[in-house]
Amino acid sequence: MSAQFLSVRNLNAFYGQTQVLFGLDFDMAEGGITTLLGANGAGKTSTLRALSRMLHTVGDIRFEGEEISRKATEDVARLGIAHVPEGRGTFVRLTVEENLQLGAISRPDKRAIANDVDRIFNYFPKLRERYYQQAGTLSGGEQQMLAIGRALMLRPKLMLLDEPSFGLAPLIVQELFGILRTLNRQEKVSMFLVEQNASLALDLADHAYLLETGRVVMSGPAKDIREDEGIRRSYLGY
Amino acid sequence: MDLFIHQVLAGLATGAIYACMALAVVMIYQAIDHFNFAQGEMAMFSTFIAWQLMQWGFPYWAAFFVTIGISFAAGVLIERAIFRPIHDAPILSHVVIFIALFVIINSFAGFIWEFTIKAFPSPFGTKPVLGEGLLSAHDAGMMAVVGIVLLLLYGFFRYTRIGLAMRAAAANPDSAKLVGVRVGWMLALGWGMAAAIGAVAGMMIAPVVFLEPNMMLSILLYGFAGAVVGGLTSPVGAVLGGFSVGVVENLAGTFIPYFGSEMKLSIALALIVAVLMVRPSGIFGRKVVTRV
Repeated sequence: MSAQFLSVRNLNAFYGQTQVLFGLDFDMAEGGITTLLGANGAGKTSTLRALSRMLHTVGDIRFEGEEISRKATEDVARLGIAHVPEGRGTFVRLTVEENLQLGAISRPDKRAIANDVDRIFNYFPKLRERYYQQAGTLSGGEQQMLAIGRALMLRPKLMLLDEPSFGLAPLIVQELFGILRTLNRQEKVSMFLVEQNASLALDLADHAYLLETGRVVMSGPAKDIREDEGIRRSYLGY
Repeated sequence: MDLFIHQVLAGLATGAIYACMALAVVMIYQAIDHFNFAQGEMAMFSTFIAWQLMQWGFPYWAAFFVTIGISFAAGVLIERAIFRPIHDAPILSHVVIFIALFVIINSFAGFIWEFTIKAFPSPFGTKPVLGEGLLSAHDAGMMAVVGIVLLLLYGFFRYTRIGLAMRAAAANPDSAKLVGVRVGWMLALGWGMAAAIGAVAGMMIAPVVFLEPNMMLSILLYGFAGAVVGGLTSPVGAVLGGFSVGVVENLAGTFIPYFGSEMKLSIALALIVAVLMVRPSGIFGRKVVTRV
C-alpha cells in the first residue's frame, strides 16, 4: 500500500465567501476504490471539483507525491486524473466518436488511441452501435457509459466519478457498477467514487469516507462501515 | 429576364464581400460567444499592412501571406493581452472594449496612413468574365477565395485534433478542461484565425471599395447581417447569408419601384428582421436543445 498515491491534508474550499469544505484529510491507495458518502450538500461534488482544480481551495493535495493544488485543471487531467463530472459533461453536439477522441486529446500516441477505442467498445458495446451518432441523442445510461469511456481514453491512473448512478434505472446501475469493478481490476484504474447510493458504493469500494456539512465525520474499510448498523442508521439511512 | 440575371450576378459580387466578413464574424463568435465589433477595423488594419508591404516592394502574394501571418499573431496577442484578463467580466465590459478597439484601431490607421483613399491591387485583374459589367475577374476570384477559405475551415474543424479541441472548448469549456484541452489557448487560436480570415476579407474587399480607414463601416454591418441571417453557429450559413444579403439588396434596389436605390439597404435589413422573426437562430443556425 502506497499512501503517497493521493493524499489530502487540511483542505478548505470556498465558493466566493462561502466555505464549503472544512479541513478535510484523506488518503487513497493506488489500485483501490475509495468512496465518499454523504447527503445532498455535504460537499461531495465540491471535493471532486477541488481535486481537479475547479474550485478555490486552501490546503495540500498531493498526487503521486506531487503538489497539485496550484495547477490548472487541464494540467491535472494531463497527470492522469480523469474526472467524470456531475451531469456527465457530455459534448452533446459532437458525435460519440468525437467525444471519445477528446478523451485522448492530450495523448500523442495516435496508434494506441485507436486500440483504446476498441478496448472501450468491449466494455461498452452500445457505444460501438452509436459511434457516429450525436452524443446528445443517447439515453442517460449510454451517456454515462460514454462519459466513463471518455475518461478511460486518457488512460487515467485515477478516475473521479461523480454519482455515476444518478438518474439511471436500477438495472442499468447494476450493469454500470459491474463494469466499474471490472475496469478497476483489469485496467488497474484507481477510483474515487462519490455516491448518494451508499449501499451500492460500499459494495464496490474498499475504503469509505463519510462527509457531513463539509467535514469528514467517519472513515474506515468499506466492509466495516457497511456492517455497522449504527452508522448505517444515523448517516446512510438504509 | 436579362436584367434579373444581371442584378443577381451583381448581387453575388457584392455578396461575396459580405460573405468574407460574415465568415470572420462567425469564426470569432464560435470561439468567444460574442460579436466582435472591432472585427472590421482589424481587417482594415491588416489590409493597410498588406498595402504597406507592397509599397516596400513585396510582390502581391508574398504580401498576402505575410499579412495573414501578422494578423494571426496580432489576433492571438489581442486575446492574450486584453481579453484573457477580463474573461469572466460581464458582457458589457466586453462590448465596451470592442468599441474602444474599434475607435483605437480606426484612428491609429488614420494616424499612420492618413484618411485619403488608396487604390489596392487585385491579384485577379478587373477584366469582365461574363460579359461587360456583369462579373469581373476580381469578383469571381473573390468568390473562389471565400470558397477555399470555407473548405479549409471545414477540413480543419472536421478532421484535425486541434480543430476538435477548439470545438470542444467552445461548446463546453469545463468538460474540455477536464479532458486536458488548454481552453485559454484555444480561445487565443480562435482570435488568431478570425483575424487572419478578416485579413483575407479585407484584402479581397479593398480593390472594390478602395482602401481607407472607414472602408469597413457599412461592410461590417452587412457582414453581421449576413452572419445573423445564416445563423451564427454555421460558417456555411454565414457565407450563404452574406451572398443573400448582397443579392436581396441589389434586387430590391432594381425591382421595387419608388424606393429606388436609396432605400435598398433598408429593404435588405428589413428582410433580415423578417427572417429572424420567423427563425430566431438564423436559417442554418442550430437551436440549442438540451436533454435533461
